[in-house]
Parts: sequence; C-alpha cells; structure tokens
Amino acid sequence: MKKSELPDPFEKARSAKGYGEMNDQNDPVTMLLRHKDVRKSAHNWKTFTSAAIPGRIVVPSEVNIRDTRQIPFEVDPPVHGAYRAIVEPWFKRPLQPDYQKKLASQISAIIDETLEKGVVEVVNDFALPLQSRALTLLLNTPFHESKTWISWGTHVFRSEGEALDGDKANILYDYIDAQIDRAIKNPGEDMYSVLLSSEFEGRKLTKEEVKGVMVLTFAGGRDTVINAVTNAIAYLAEHPESLERLRNEPEITGKTVEEMIRYFSPLTHMGRVVTEDTHVCEHAVKVDSRISLCWASANRDASVFENPNEIVLDRKINPHVGFGFSHHNCLGASHARQLMKILLNTLAGKVASFEIQDYQENIEDLNEFQRKVGYNHINVKFNPLNK
Amino acid sequence: MAKITFITSANETITLEGTEGSVMALAVENGVRGIDGDCGGVCSCATCHVHVAPDDMDKTGVASEIESDMLELDDNADEYSRLCCQLEISDALDGVVLTVAK
Ligand code: HEM
Ligand code: FES
Repeated sequence: MKKSELPDPFEKARSAKGYGEMNDQNDPVTMLLRHKDVRKSAHNWKTFTSAAIPGRIVVPSEVNIRDTRQIPFEVDPPVHGAYRAIVEPWFKRPLQPDYQKKLASQISAIIDETLEKGVVEVVNDFALPLQSRALTLLLNTPFHESKTWISWGTHVFRSEGEALDGDKANILYDYIDAQIDRAIKNPGEDMYSVLLSSEFEGRKLTKEEVKGVMVLTFAGGRDTVINAVTNAIAYLAEHPESLERLRNEPEITGKTVEEMIRYFSPLTHMGRVVTEDTHVCEHAVKVDSRISLCWASANRDASVFENPNEIVLDRKINPHVGFGFSHHNCLGASHARQLMKILLNTLAGKVASFEIQDYQENIEDLNEFQRKVGYNHINVKFNPLNK
Repeated sequence: MAKITFITSANETITLEGTEGSVMALAVENGVRGIDGDCGGVCSCATCHVHVAPDDMDKTGVASEIESDMLELDDNADEYSRLCCQLEISDALDGVVLTVAK
C-alpha cells in the first residue's frame, strides 16, 4: 500500500447493509454509508435535526464540554437560513481577487521557508501555520494573531488520542470572549465587529450568538484544512506525474481540488438527531437516537463514482459530498477551495519533488471501522525546482 | 457562437455571447447574480441552477441522471431545471433564455 493512500474502510458494510453502528459515550450512532441516503437525509431536516442540544450532533459528542450553540451549524430551517444570510457574504470574500492575492503571497512565503529548511514536519510546521495564517484573512484580523492560534496545537477541542479535552476548549472560548469584548469596545473591520453589528430578525446578534459563529469558524476550519493540506503533499510525493501534470495543465487545478476533497474527505461524518421513529436502509431508528451522515463513505460509493479509490486529477463529473450537502453545506468551502487551489499551483511552480521520510498515521476509531484521515506527523523533504 | 440570455431573481436581463466552455463559466465570468459555480463545474454544488424557458428545452435537452438526482433534493427544482455547468456552449444553444433559480 502506498503511504499516501487513504483506504475505504466502509466498502463492505456500505454494499451489504448500507449502515454501520458506533457507540459513542453511550449515545450510539447509526452511520449512513450510501451516497443516496446521505444526501437525502442531509436534506431531510424535519426527521434528522441539527437543532439538538449543543454538541450532540458532533461525533464524538461534545455535550459534556460545551453549552454554546454553534451557528448556523446547530440550527434548522427556516431560522438557519436567516443566520446563514448574515454570514454568507462574508464567507464568499475568498472569491475576490485581492483576497486571493494575499493568500497567494502567504502560501508562497511558507513554501519558500520550507524549501530553505529542506525537511519539514508537514502537520505541525507547514499545514498548521498555513491554516492559521490564512484564517487571519478570513477573519480580517492582524496577521500576528496566527501565532496564538498556532500555539494551541492541532486540536482545538481534542487533545491527542481520543479524550475530549475540556481545557483546550476553554482556551478557545476564553480567547473568543476576549476578542468579542475587544470588538465591542473598539469596533473594527474584523469578523467579530461585523457580526456584532449584524441585524437578525430586527435586532442585533447577541454576544452568545457571535460566540457561536466564531467557535464554529475556528473549529470547523482547523483539522479539516490541516488534513487536506497534509494529504495533498503526501499524495504529490508519491505521484510525481501528478505534480508534473499540474505544472503543465494548471487549468485542471479546480477539478483536482474537488477530487482531493472527495478522496480525502477531511470531515468523516456529521451527526443528526432523529425526531420521529423511522427507518434507514430497512433498519429501524428510534426517536431521539442519533444517525450520522458519512461523507467519507458516500464519496467512495461505486454506484456514483467510477474507480472510487483512485484520485482522477481531472474527474469531470464529481458529485462528492466532502463539503456536505443541502442547506448546511460548508460555509468555509470558498476559503478552503481557494487555499487548496493556490497551494497546488504554487507547489507545482516551486517544488520539483517531495520525499516522505518517517510518519505516523492518524486513524479515527469508529468502532466498527478504523479510518485513516491523515497523519499525526509526517516528515517530508521538499526539493526545489530549478528554473 | 451563441447568444444566451439570463434573467436574474432581481429581474435583470443579461444577454451574453459565448463560443466555448460551459454556460456556468460564461455567467460567472460576467458576474451574473445567483450563479456562483462554487465547485467549478463538476456537479457537486448546485450553485449554477437555472430554469430553461420551456420552448428552449429542445435546444438544451433535459437534465442528466446525475443532475436530476441532485435537483430532486432542491426545493426550487422543476422539469425545466438544469445545472448550467453541464450545458456546453455551441451554436445549438443560440437564443436560449435561462432564469436563474437563486
Ligand atoms: C477542506 C476543508 C473543509 C471540509 C472538508 C469541510 C467540511 C464540512 C462539512 C462536510 C460540513 C457540513 C456539516 C453538516 O452538514 O452538518 C461543513 C459545514 C461547515 N463548515 Fe466546513 N469544511 C472545511 C473547511 C471549513 C473552513 C475553512 C471553515 C471556516 C473557517 C468551515 C466552516 C464551516 C461552517 C461554518 C459550517 C456550517 C455551515 C452550516 O451549518 O450552515 N469549514 N464543513
Ligand atoms: S457549478 Fe457546481 S454543480 Fe454546477
């Protein structure tokens, strides 16, 4: 097996029965594995709600470590749409040329630094700083804030291993509380200030609502981006022909990004709470139990994707659900897509080849399934392209 | 070459000329409101949803299976719905009128 491969642990269960079962802190989850069921259930918020008690739709559950409702993530339509309308224009800013220029210069700088070092531990010393610096653009906050975020390490909520770490969550909450207070005293052009002055149903957003949006923005865009970046580099290390192709045909980069999001599926699954007794794949699910929408499994469904376990750089039809589906689809997707596109283009322009040295895989334990999502650490040598 | 007309939800009418590429790309390049083309045209985002004028359906054809599976879960969709990233510009599309869904 190649070092960069992400095997599909769901294949058997997906074709045989369509679901998997997972226990999580005595609040079991029925995982939906088929593309069709995942999309249908993501759309059906009346039966599968996101508006449960805060933290419950996340797997592993976060009910014991937080009370703040994440917005718009833990809200159903029609209220969801009202919140989403407030934040959507802000999250589309990555489509502006000026934003892309700044992102490109950040990415260029970190690749140059890395080429100078030669060997880098990609997770902590490349992907994490890249993700954190880029987040300053999305939040429109000073660049130096990224130093604080980098110091938190790769997991905002979770310490290494499985345990949910309340202390780490507190660091983030305290930081966000302080930032909100700062923005109230001293409003600026940053995301906190913009949210604080936003109108929602004829009133301003409350501090708690602003906090709910900000926590989600920090949490949702961290591990996901770090895994996407790290997996992309591991893949290119073992597929020099792909790096070469991106150099020669930069016009396919957009399709390559979509394909990498499908194949890597940086977010494995997301839960919903069942509001009425029902069935999924002829399996009864009870009111107040949990299901999950397994994006990673849906993205390998052979009834939708030809050669699902291969990265086809210019896959033309690619209805993947790596960024979710329906009303809750990823708000950070424009940012993530631009980041990945610029990363691939810049690597192709500056790096001749990569060599993977030692590494340790990051395997998610989903009881019935063990899924590789990326690496805990991976040392890679970057060889410069001599022009 | 084809002339393609977009009617936006603000009731603006925009007619654009194109020779190649997808209708989505033409709309995005020209900033047609309501067509974002987030996924770049690989059929995964549905931010390029349009309603074809009924008389023009013979020019565009109906949605493919992949498109209709996606549109089936879109509350705005009807039998004239297409994801316009799947419409390739050619002379055959000359004169079509598309109403932007969003
Ligand atoms: C490659 C990177 C990313 C992947 C694969 C990813 C994946 C996802 C998925 C699958 C969902 C749907 C969750 C659901 O249906 O319950 C989602 C939602 C969301 N993501 Fe991302 N995400 C990524 C990056 C980001 C970034 C960079 C941000 C922001 C900084 C972000 C913020 C959000 C938010 C706010 C939502 C909730 C949207 C809503 O509920 O309406 N994500 N993401
Ligand atoms: S542009 Fe994404 S589906 Fe058409």
